[in-house]
Amino acid sequence: MSSRRIVTGAHYGLRDWLAQRVTAVIMAVYTVIAAFVLISREPISYQAWRDLFSQGWVRVATLLFMASLAWHAWVGMRNILMDYVKPEGLRLSLQILVLLAVASYVGWTIQILWR
Amino acid sequence: MSEAALKTPARKARPKYMNLSALLFEIRMPVSARLSILHRVSGALMFAALVWLLWMLDRSLSSEAAFEKIKHYAGLWPVKLALLGLVWAYCHHFCAGIRHIFLDLEKGIEKETALLTSWISFAVSLLLTALLGWKLLW
Repeated sequence: MSSRRIVTGAHYGLRDWLAQRVTAVIMAVYTVIAAFVLISREPISYQAWRDLFSQGWVRVATLLFMASLAWHAWVGMRNILMDYVKPEGLRLSLQILVLLAVASYVGWTIQILWR
Repeated sequence: MSEAALKTPARKARPKYMNLSALLFEIRMPVSARLSILHRVSGALMFAALVWLLWMLDRSLSSEAAFEKIKHYAGLWPVKLALLGLVWAYCHHFCAGIRHIFLDLEKGIEKETALLTSWISFAVSLLLTALLGWKLLW
């Protein structure tokens, strides 16, 4: 443990660096599939839209996408806050807000997909 | 020199070019730097817009009437314009991100190649934005 570690700093080591790339690849794959599905089926009716999201694999893949997005956005937003927000109290507050936001978005996505 | 001045050295002046107007209007950044800063800007933009997009997804799946309402809403020109901006942000982030992964793998790190792939990323993302905007929004 180095004494240079600070509470509002990055996680130290490989984990977040790797997570940023793994989540990016997951989202990229989902995006390509989603773009093809949307383009091939548009204009989309409510029926088709609802049927699409009632399929199990679409729900699971969408949740996986959202979870990846949450983690990816957290790492990215934290990097931005570390670069531009210097007062530690403010930075910590903003980081907590970002975490609360991405956690709520994942919860909301579950609610949207399984209702 | 006073005693206080000896104890607390004068604050170093910021380098001349570290201000926003210089960054925007005076310093000519290489295309890779522009790609990089826009990667960050597009990411922050999408994070800010996420709540709005989720709200639209929520409404669109809640009932047929709500779906039609959202469809109408998404057809209003200011909304279309905002969505087009987000499509661009997504495409830009996507292309710059793929380039970034190649750089991580030490592919294309020579100066000429890195500049060329920056131009390519810009071109592809703008092309994709036009294509997706035309296909999905217009």
